[in-house]
Amino acid sequence: MSFPLLTATAVVPAVGAVATAALPAAKRTAAKWVALSFSLATFVLALVIAIRFTPGAKGPFQLTESHAWIADFGVRYELGVDGIAVALIALTALLIPFVILAGWHDADPLEETRPNRRWRPTQGFFALILAVEAMVVISFEATDVFLFYLFFEAMLIPMYFLIGGFGDGAGEHGEEQAATQRSYAAVKFLLYNLAGGLIMLAAVIGLYAATADQLGAGTFSLPQIVEARAAGHLHLGAGTERLLFLGFFFAFAVKAPLWPLHTWLPNAMGESTSPVAVLITAVVDKVGTFAMLRFCIQLFPEASKWATPVILILALISVLYGALLAVGQRDIKRLIAYASISHFGFIILGIFAMTSQGQGGATLYMVNHGISTAALMLVAGFLISRRGSRLIADYGGVQKVAPVLAGTFLIGGLATLSLPGLAPFVSEFLVLVGTFSRYPVIGIIASAAIVLAALYVLVLYQRTMTGPVKAEVRKMPDLRVRELVVVAPLIALLLFLGVYPKPLTDLVNPAVEHTLSVVDKQDPKPDVHVDATTGGSRPGHATHGDDAEAAK
Amino acid sequence: MENLIALLVAAPLVGAALLLCGGKRLDRAGHWIGTLLAVASFAVAAVLFADMLGKSAGDRALHQHLFSWIPVGGFRADLAFQLDQLSMTFVLLITGVGSLIHIYSIGYMEHDERRRRFFGYLNLFLAAMLLLVLADNYLLLYVGWEGVGLASYLLIGFWQHKPSAATAAKKAFLVNRVGDVGLSIAIMLMFTTFGTFAFGPVLAATGDTGEGKLTAIGLMLLLAACGKSAQVPLQSWLGDAMEGPTPVSALIHAATMVTAGVYLITRSGAIFNAAPDAQMAVVVVGAVTLLFGAIVGCAKDDIKKALAGSTMSQIGYMILAAGLGPIGYAFAIMHLVTHGFFKAGLFLGAGSVMHGMNDEVDMRRYGGLRRYMPVTFITFGLGYLAIIGFPGLSGFFSKDKIIEAAFAKGGTEGWILGGAALLGAAITAFYMTRVMLMTFFGEKRWDPQEVHPHESPKTMTIPMIVLAVGSVFAGGLFSINDAFVSWLEPVTSFEHGHSPLSATATTTATIVVLLVGAGLAWLMYGRKPVPAVAPRGSLLTRAARRDLLQDDFNHVVLVRGGEHLTRTLVYLDHSLVDGAVNGTAATMGGLSGRLRQLQSGFVRSYAVQMLGGAAVLVAATLLMRGV
Repeated sequence: MSFPLLTATAVVPAVGAVATAALPAAKRTAAKWVALSFSLATFVLALVIAIRFTPGAKGPFQLTESHAWIADFGVRYELGVDGIAVALIALTALLIPFVILAGWHDADPLEETRPNRRWRPTQGFFALILAVEAMVVISFEATDVFLFYLFFEAMLIPMYFLIGGFGDGAGEHGEEQAATQRSYAAVKFLLYNLAGGLIMLAAVIGLYAATADQLGAGTFSLPQIVEARAAGHLHLGAGTERLLFLGFFFAFAVKAPLWPLHTWLPNAMGESTSPVAVLITAVVDKVGTFAMLRFCIQLFPEASKWATPVILILALISVLYGALLAVGQRDIKRLIAYASISHFGFIILGIFAMTSQGQGGATLYMVNHGISTAALMLVAGFLISRRGSRLIADYGGVQKVAPVLAGTFLIGGLATLSLPGLAPFVSEFLVLVGTFSRYPVIGIIASAAIVLAALYVLVLYQRTMTGPVKAEVRKMPDLRVRELVVVAPLIALLLFLGVYPKPLTDLVNPAVEHTLSVVDKQDPKPDVHVDATTGGSRPGHATHGDDAEAAK
Repeated sequence: MENLIALLVAAPLVGAALLLCGGKRLDRAGHWIGTLLAVASFAVAAVLFADMLGKSAGDRALHQHLFSWIPVGGFRADLAFQLDQLSMTFVLLITGVGSLIHIYSIGYMEHDERRRRFFGYLNLFLAAMLLLVLADNYLLLYVGWEGVGLASYLLIGFWQHKPSAATAAKKAFLVNRVGDVGLSIAIMLMFTTFGTFAFGPVLAATGDTGEGKLTAIGLMLLLAACGKSAQVPLQSWLGDAMEGPTPVSALIHAATMVTAGVYLITRSGAIFNAAPDAQMAVVVVGAVTLLFGAIVGCAKDDIKKALAGSTMSQIGYMILAAGLGPIGYAFAIMHLVTHGFFKAGLFLGAGSVMHGMNDEVDMRRYGGLRRYMPVTFITFGLGYLAIIGFPGLSGFFSKDKIIEAAFAKGGTEGWILGGAALLGAAITAFYMTRVMLMTFFGEKRWDPQEVHPHESPKTMTIPMIVLAVGSVFAGGLFSINDAFVSWLEPVTSFEHGHSPLSATATTTATIVVLLVGAGLAWLMYGRKPVPAVAPRGSLLTRAARRDLLQDDFNHVVLVRGGEHLTRTLVYLDHSLVDGAVNGTAATMGGLSGRLRQLQSGFVRSYAVQMLGGAAVLVAATLLMRGV
């Protein structure tokens, strides 16, 4: 038996979490380094996965592991990755070290106000982050629906404590009020997601019942169900399939989050520290959109097509609504949260447009949004920690005193508004073109977000960074070395993937083709047949255009 | 030879990277590095140009394929370049004028503590603009298109401690983005229509495509052109963009970036030729803007804003010409090049005046400066003669051809367009004479105690002289044996227009309206002293001072309306959406009461509840086994 690479990638951060949590109170600094080391080790393993993975190889999943687990009711410990999962595992493993580094001092203030000796905030903070990472990774790997569900739900626990337990000390009305708002945000996060999860649970059980009924033995295995379906052994019936689909989709839509289930996100991202906000939007929420692609569409292809019109409309509303609300925010972090809602709208739009550009773009969007939001949010966190306020109006003229901070903030912002040359442009354009080719009107309306994104980003930049220097920011220090180490690689990556996204598209394309083949959807054909190979891109030949023009 | 193309873009790109990431170490040498790389790019362009001239007209186009950029399904975007006669013309203009303006900026920005960064942005602009004109497909063009928008944003807001500059920069980017939406929809339409958006296949396939699709693509491209080239109705950003340092106004907002719309339409000629309705929209936009800009230019007392109005108007001429189809493309580009010379020269002259006048921009506080800055006066004067179309100078040749082509459109349209173009020429002569008289002639309207006008240093005057030479001779040179038209013909194609007026009649009319316009300006601003405070003026003057109320319109409709919308939505999101979801939850399970309990509860109790949830889960699953 070969080395269980996928298991190892989830176990390493889990072990890291335990190791970090076990360190005594005095070993605060050591705890940080231990957490960082484990997160880096996980990243190395994620890279190994990416290298061992062969894009386009036969079969939907690779590096599979399969063990009987709860044999009594068909639950298996079954892991496997496709290109989409590999990309998202890599994203997660990449971001966690930056999250840890950015949050290096986030738990320090709590050390002074420790209620008792047993509670060790620093150890707790970093252990929880690693615990989330472990659960997210295994959610991306699980091909058994039940296994997936278990961790999809379980990650709420560490997330809940991360949101409720650690603030940025920048509340508008003092720390006491902030603590109340924080616990409100944490509970809201928990209740929304639990509600989604409970409905999904019913659907999970329903799926088991259906398979048990028709296949003889109940199963949660995604590949088995897909195969049985394709072979004609499994007919869910339109009504059942739709109900099950809705159960799954509801949970993922809460997590994603899709309008109108989005309201927990601004609270959660606003109240938590910015590394945790990154964890929420760049990592945990991606499980929702990922699961739409992997489970909703592949388990319930007919119902997916049935629900498409409504989902597209909701996604379109998310795109515009999120952007418009971002324009109206006074709080930097809530602004970024609403921008994320708009971006998640794009991702869902791409997924349900059911074209290779749409779904490929949506997958790229998940990765790129993760990197760009991390860059913007973490720099925003550095800014907020310097001034002790999240309100946009409390800033002004920062670029004069901290030009590097302002510059990185601008680049993060430009990535958020999908400037060509940076990675998010590639994915946003693919989603738009993929949507447009099947639903032109929706594609055109969604394009309005191109303008709105520029509006909320540039207004944010203008109000905080330009203009006369406010007295309160006059002594603001520029980025420190640790902070630069966090931001610089993210920016480099945004540039690289903007200019050369091919490694990512090569990884993702076969997986998207597989998904589309499960749903039996083909890309719309162009109206006019053009032989693109004779076009202008080959060296040494005059283009058709020139010939035609010259002939006139 | 084609492998050199990438170098054109790479040189300034490396410069930008070095200067923007290099830190303080490069402060002392930064401007030299930036200038050197701009000149290097020009040198490469010159080599490629010489090579191109050595080949026969049919196979001058070069292609360089670097790598596959975004391959997803049938969607293939390549990082590939195409250098043909049209691109070459732009490359020479961009790197040539760009290098001169780099040199000028060494002097102009000498005392600015952020000079290194300024040169970094200028290099970034050059790279993006070259990418725009060298791309071999629309998506890569889009990268350059937004890239120049970014550079423009950074440079307009270069003095961002000034709130007005920061606001102007944001406005320029936003208005441009509205145009960019047009470009992106055009690309999507091309993809669904042709399955590709590379120039070669798309432009070759227009014959097999329905006119409706082509008209839609054409209109979207026009929207993009309106944004970038400051054409009505997306013109409002250009005047404010004058907040940027003057070399920026010269390079980006006069000579190169703002002409990108003309490039886009000319490049997409095959699409427009097959879509007469889209062409009609183009000429209307051009004609309206050429008058709009000219009228605004008459009322401005700020020298740069007067010139900005003029830029808008001159680009209106180019767009008009481009909308006329094969009878106009070559003249649009010819006017674009000559305009590049004289307008860049005029702006650099204005910068030189400001440099000597403590950054004063109000022409009512100038006067009689010809004695204090002779070089600036002469070079500016030559640019002035060129732009008004004084016989023998550059503008005369290029503008005259456009007026002729406008008449040649034929029918009533031809008369209207030709008349508008002629009227525009008269107004041009008026406002430019006004600028000239208020700045260099008449009484001093400044305080000699405070202001000490002086000639600018050599780094500034030499570029002005070079541009003045171009302003004088370029048009004439291009017209010998129709050299410029035959150079571009393989790309843009060319047809002779048949004007109802004879060439002599058109030329005579052009000269007459020029004299009328200039004479009128002399009566108003030359014969009698210019008041130092602007008189109230007629209704039209007051409207023109406010850019014909465009901003007031935008403010009421877009800004106020938008603010109300977002405020309402923020309120509704909190009260309605959040409330409804919470309310549903509350009615369903009394959750809100429990929510309060939970909040006040202990951490431990959550854990217990979660555990309980998990237990229920397992139990339920076990039970289901029996089903």
